Amino acid sequence: MKPMSWLMVLASGALFGFGLALSTMIRPEVVLGFLRFDDFGLLLVLGGAVAVTLLAYRFGPKLLARPLFGAAFGKHPSELNARTIGGAAIFGVGWGISGVCPGPALAGLGAGQWELLVSVAGLLAGAWVQGRISAR
Amino acid sequence: MNLDTLFPLGFAHYLAGGLIIGAGISLLFLTTGLIGGTSTVFSSTWSFVSRHAFFQQARLRDSRAWRLVYAAGLILGAAAWWLMAGQDSGYRVSIPWGQLALGGFIAGFGARMSNGCTAGHGICGIGSLQLPSLLAVVTFLATAMITARLVLMVGGS
Repeated sequence: MKPMSWLMVLASGALFGFGLALSTMIRPEVVLGFLRFDDFGLLLVLGGAVAVTLLAYRFGPKLLARPLFGAAFGKHPSELNARTIGGAAIFGVGWGISGVCPGPALAGLGAGQWELLVSVAGLLAGAWVQGRISAR
Repeated sequence: MNLDTLFPLGFAHYLAGGLIIGAGISLLFLTTGLIGGTSTVFSSTWSFVSRHAFFQQARLRDSRAWRLVYAAGLILGAAAWWLMAGQDSGYRVSIPWGQLALGGFIAGFGARMSNGCTAGHGICGIGSLQLPSLLAVVTFLATAMITARLVLMVGGS
């Protein structure tokens, strides 16, 4: 990767983390409040993020031959099979127990929510077990 | 049903935060071509320490470095917000450690099995109009809503 790419990766992550913090999605109580229908804010966060991303994913490759500092535009490899849907069902159970998903677990640390180190450890352990019992 | 019922804490910060999250994922794509999910880092980072074949596969090894930098960015961005605005709020996570640990473990397992989480399927997958991702999102929203309610019934937070 070109040196500029690394800076862009860091800057992109920082925007993402700032947005997660500003939207209070790094607070598990807010996420659980959404899952219990107390506050529908999470839908606005998701909707806003999807709207912007949709435009970039759709029109970026039409306007640019290649990424500004990269070789080619990538694609999110999602397949319709039992792993995708079964894994999602399991993910939801974990998310519903803690109110913490991977992005906010990391971003929350930056906002001084040290308790989320427990979440990060849990996520790492879960990913490790998944890898060890997985064929691919 | 009015705005105060749907969004008792206001809605502007949700919308602004969502747009900024989208801007981050868009910047990543337009400058590097990379897709900015956040759960793969929890698998790819194991490739630094585990020789197991699963963790040494190319798609994890080849992306492990930028994914860690991206994770560092997530932390730095939230830290910037914290320094600017939130430091004096006195907020502390009130969810018990047991719930954070168990929820983290199950979510980590499931997200990696599904190859995506709220970011990978929710934002990037729907953002590229992929039906499997949309179905994954509907599925995890449903199981999460049911689980969050059950947690209250058994005396959790």
